[in-house]
Amino acid sequence: MGIFVDENVCNRCGTADEPMCVRDCPGDLMFIKENNKASITDNRECWDCAACVKVCPTQAIHMQLPTSLVVRGVTLKGRALKHKTTWSIRLRNGEVRNYETPSTGRPPFTPSL
Amino acid sequence: MNHEVVELACDLLILGGGAAGCIAAVEARERDPSLRVIVMEKAHVYRSGCLAAGISALNAYLTEGETPESFLRYTIRETVGVVRDDLTLTMAQELNAQVKRVEEWGLPIPRDEIGHPLKRGRASIKIFGERIKPIIGKRAEASGAVILNRVNATGLAVTGGRVVGAFGFSTRDGRFYAVRAKTVLVSTGGAAGLYRPNNPGMAAHRMWYSPFNTGAGFAMGLRRGAEMTSFEFRFIPLRVKDAIAPTGEIAQWLGAQQINALGEPYLEKYYQHLGGKRMLTQDRLYATLMEYRAGRGPCYLDLRGVNARKLDGTITAYLSMAPSSAMIMADEAYYAKQGGQMAPIEIAGGEPHVVGGHGLSGYWIDPQRRTTLPGLYAAGDVAGGTPKKYASGAWAEAVIAVREMIEEVRDAAEPVIDAADLARERERVYAPTDRPGGVPARDVEERLQKVMDEYAGGISVQYGYAEGTLRLAKLHLGRLRDELAALSATTPYELMHCHEVIDRVDVAQTLVAHMTHRRETRWHCYQERLDYPERDDARFMVFVNSVRENGEDKIIERPVERAAIDVVLPELSDGALIRGAYSERPPRPSGEE
Repeated sequence: MGIFVDENVCNRCGTADEPMCVRDCPGDLMFIKENNKASITDNRECWDCAACVKVCPTQAIHMQLPTSLVVRGVTLKGRALKHKTTWSIRLRNGEVRNYETPSTGRPPFTPSL
Repeated sequence: MNHEVVELACDLLILGGGAAGCIAAVEARERDPSLRVIVMEKAHVYRSGCLAAGISALNAYLTEGETPESFLRYTIRETVGVVRDDLTLTMAQELNAQVKRVEEWGLPIPRDEIGHPLKRGRASIKIFGERIKPIIGKRAEASGAVILNRVNATGLAVTGGRVVGAFGFSTRDGRFYAVRAKTVLVSTGGAAGLYRPNNPGMAAHRMWYSPFNTGAGFAMGLRRGAEMTSFEFRFIPLRVKDAIAPTGEIAQWLGAQQINALGEPYLEKYYQHLGGKRMLTQDRLYATLMEYRAGRGPCYLDLRGVNARKLDGTITAYLSMAPSSAMIMADEAYYAKQGGQMAPIEIAGGEPHVVGGHGLSGYWIDPQRRTTLPGLYAAGDVAGGTPKKYASGAWAEAVIAVREMIEEVRDAAEPVIDAADLARERERVYAPTDRPGGVPARDVEERLQKVMDEYAGGISVQYGYAEGTLRLAKLHLGRLRDELAALSATTPYELMHCHEVIDRVDVAQTLVAHMTHRRETRWHCYQERLDYPERDDARFMVFVNSVRENGEDKIIERPVERAAIDVVLPELSDGALIRGAYSERPPRPSGEE
């Protein structure tokens, strides 16, 4: 468990160049398969930093945690927007909790939260 | 795999585009736009190093009323006297200016009505740091520095005793890079993955520090005979168990107390002699272990009575720094709903790391951040002697280094890389590609982590070690070198893994040498000699340093120079008084109860 790509949604960022998840992964774990869809080399190497999750323009990537941490069924999605990042955590009963984190802003900064 | 050589030249070469490296690039180009600056980065500067996921606080900042001297006093206490006053003061003087600089670049820092950043502690402020790495990475890119993303630095180029550049290879196409430079800054971060990690198998990388920081900068210096200091001051985080989520976030946001299995606030009840709630960071972990040994464990952060809205604040903070911890916390809240209230959340120590931003370990440097190798500077987690620097301290250190590097560039001759030196490194780098059917990097990594865990004070032995166990650690690390000679890679990605484990074995060897030399216990858990459980100020108020010669780490002791630059610290100026501040040797609760 770790990073999962929904192949019905991934469009490799609509580019022939390097897709953003491949560009940003700090462990160099994301790659493009022969079918032009993103995938992770080895989930054991993943740090759960969610860089790929947030940067994906089609939100094709979600994160799950390993069963050894006993949080099966909890998933995370996110999207980096210009000044904030939006997140949704899906709990094991299917309930979805939404969050926002401010991400960039010029001083004086006033959080809208 | 392409073994072609790419040759480049610059004035200032930066190894590692993390917190320190990105700021260094910007500083250099802003000061002198004619400077040719190259950053060699193993990943991509947008999301590399330990800031990849983000951070929710800056823990090195002088809040209202604090001074570089008060920051130094705090560090002297936390390191029980062994710290570089000169480095700490020069860094502290630079902290707030660098924080302001990154704030101007777009890092959101919430402030109160009169404009002060929101305080989390005396030296800590809250930030919304989810985007911190792209913010500084893009700035480095826009500075005009040439960024070599996905080029993994492997070694320093040395001609006539001077560092004249560095070597590396592309983790994408495998090409070899030889970059000449008038001066070089090493800022590759600390070392994770030396010890068996907290979590097994699929969760092995659910760890505190970036698992992709594998001590390359330490290893490069060790192989060239750079003097290194205090590897034995390991850093071990006290975390929410399994999630490895920071406890401070919960303690400070939610006001949660540390309690033992009996529900007692144990820091106050059993450890007043260590300072109670005001005890040192390492003693907080030590007390937690002691409770376990006394039969009162495990220990928890008490979240009972915390309301959902406040918990959402913590989940939001976690999303900005450790997203999986937010998932685990949300799951805890789900179960709380089933049972009516939040349960206390278990805490435990992680595996030890060698990291100069939290601990003392790294290159031995002078106040200008020059290492002992001419031409080479160090900043951030790879630089020793200045703990508690964290991200903002890494920025400060990078700026200090760059100012001096620019001066050095002015007088430096055009560097020449020795052809034989290049050929040797190229052969070393690609050696694993010529061994089909050899040993995969993960096998060697597992052996390294097992040896270090069991014989050099890992989690499974509650961080303690002794002369005898260290002797076995040394023996088995030596044998591991035979395995390194059998490592095998078929892709550039696998080759990177091979070099990560080679570097970590080099770091582990020096770590064990430093642990062996300090025959006292100065920093509980971080440096826990079971055969020398007492602190010995008369003998060991010194830095344990070393230089590698012919494969062996030759130990050099360096004195602590207290307040070298016109700072008077009377209350902490000698060992006996520090002992007073720290209190006498603690009675062992486990033996008394």
